[in-house]
Amino acid sequence: MATQISRPVAAPEPGAVVDRIRVSVPERGLRHDVRAVSIVWRRELIRFRTDRLRAITSLVQPVLFLFILGTGLGALAGRGMPPGVEFKTFIYPGVLAMSVLFTAIFSAASIVWDREFGFLREILVAPVSRASIVIGKCLGGATIATFQGIIFLALAWFANVPYNPVLLLTLVGELLLLSFTLTAFGVMMAARIKQFQAFMALTQMLVLPLFFLSGALYPLAGLPAWLSVLTRIDPLTYVVGPMRHAVFSHLGPAGRIMNALAPNVTWGGWAVPLWLSLGIVAAMGLAMMAVAIAEFSRTE
Amino acid sequence: MTVAPTQVRSDQVGAPGADAGTGPVISVSGLVKRYGDVEAVRGIDFTVGRGETFGFLGPNGAGKTTTIKILCTLANATAGQAVVAGYDCAAQRDAVRRNIGLVFQDTTLDTYLTAEQNLRFHAELYGVPKAAVLPRMRQVMDMVGLWDRKDSLVSTYSGGMQRRLEIARGLLHAPHVLFLDEPTVGLDPQTRSSIWAYINDLKSREDITIFLTTHYMDEAENCDRIAIIDHGQIVAIDTPAALKASVGKDRVQIHTADDAAAITQLAATFGLDAAMHEGAVTFAVASGEQFVPRLFSEFSVPIRSVSVARPSLDDVFMSYTGSTIRDAEGSGTDAMRQMAQHWRAGRR
Repeated sequence: MATQISRPVAAPEPGAVVDRIRVSVPERGLRHDVRAVSIVWRRELIRFRTDRLRAITSLVQPVLFLFILGTGLGALAGRGMPPGVEFKTFIYPGVLAMSVLFTAIFSAASIVWDREFGFLREILVAPVSRASIVIGKCLGGATIATFQGIIFLALAWFANVPYNPVLLLTLVGELLLLSFTLTAFGVMMAARIKQFQAFMALTQMLVLPLFFLSGALYPLAGLPAWLSVLTRIDPLTYVVGPMRHAVFSHLGPAGRIMNALAPNVTWGGWAVPLWLSLGIVAAMGLAMMAVAIAEFSRTE
Repeated sequence: MTVAPTQVRSDQVGAPGADAGTGPVISVSGLVKRYGDVEAVRGIDFTVGRGETFGFLGPNGAGKTTTIKILCTLANATAGQAVVAGYDCAAQRDAVRRNIGLVFQDTTLDTYLTAEQNLRFHAELYGVPKAAVLPRMRQVMDMVGLWDRKDSLVSTYSGGMQRRLEIARGLLHAPHVLFLDEPTVGLDPQTRSSIWAYINDLKSREDITIFLTTHYMDEAENCDRIAIIDHGQIVAIDTPAALKASVGKDRVQIHTADDAAAITQLAATFGLDAAMHEGAVTFAVASGEQFVPRLFSEFSVPIRSVSVARPSLDDVFMSYTGSTIRDAEGSGTDAMRQMAQHWRAGRR
């Protein structure tokens, strides 16, 4: 593991070819694995940076939801809101979560893509642990999805959400957590699904239910039992709740009324604390990443 | 800019490695690979010495790719043992992987990255010591003439440039063995010969053993030794010159007005065992030039054209397997070949 860099003791003979660089690849160790995680992560960033079109197109859907749906339904749904709170503000945290949803899951699609185009093989034959590759991938997807979320976060003013530093940091932290879990979910699926078309079809099919069941567009209280159960098994719910709580905590008196009216996620009347809510999301992400690591270690 | 003569070594006390001795770099014994009922590799044995260029020659589906996959730790053998650079391919995968470079049949580059980014990615994954990354990257890219294009996206590269870049990448971590699986497949003849120029140049610069597979006879001539593989078995193994000498006969191909009659007459008149290959009546005789005048004087079937060839690896292949390599590829009825193609189409 330890690597020595030493210059030859004897000076090369005059005129001798000295341009040969002897490289010996060290045995696997923690430092090597960290380098592997880091380069897989960096590749995601490079790919994201060069793909501006993706960053822009991913923004279209949340913008539509916030401005078109938010304004259109606002006249109707606004009646249920306390004075001074707009419907747009109410759905903003949920739509913010949506802005990372696509990017995070689709960043995992690049594994399927890499497999079809051969690059995955370059990764899988390297003398590194599969775990470091999966971890790098999950962190990379989480990072670019969070960037995507930050772009949408810049539009907060249009939804009457203040640019409060504490609020922004809280939201970014929660987005990062959500992005990580969603990427882990995508990577886990990419380990199994070998065809790009199938992967895209399946994720497309899953993305909207995840969004609609998260309570992004409506309060979680007072739902029919069947819908109530479905919302509670959607991982997105456990991030949208805390994000909404954070937003309303920074809205003054009207926001505090809102937090009282629409509390966090409840399980049979018991309000799930914020830390547990976020802990569930983290645990889900780690569990799915572990499954992905096992899958990639098992298959060649 | 001159490259500093940096020497980089790792502390590997007692590690076998290829540096350890002069024994074979690759040794394979009793290797078998089964896919369900199909035996893709049927018990092969061979060794490759240090610094050798060793070629696996055979038609598609003969078991070449399967063998290379086992040697590269990408597949497990059903039976038998393979040792590369002193490490067991099944039990010491990571050690084998550190010591080999791979260039696959189809490209495994990330075309959305630049050439340099692709190489850097590889260097980090293989844990190339940080101080050595840049000089070594420059060295291997210079070797294949791509250093001035290092900042271009790989998607802008031609097929031949991509293959050269892959060879450079395969060498980046200074492997003891470089595996080239059909290194020139799908390239035009001119690009093929330039790839070979780079490979031969590489041998003069690096202390490296090369193991390659090919189904091009003319490319196999570049090897120090060749193993001819057909239906999952090695049918001959020697230097190209020795293999050609072992055939000893010239190959004559004639186009006639009535091929069936020609074959019958060749057997009756000259006692020659002729057969149809590549659309021509083909047979082997000790000295072709002297035989042709006799053919014309004693043959009654009208002859349209005659060609005489010195023994080539084609003939070697034919004399050991009973068919030319093109015939073998054309048959396609063989269950194993279908299996291999199916498997290749579905692989990741």
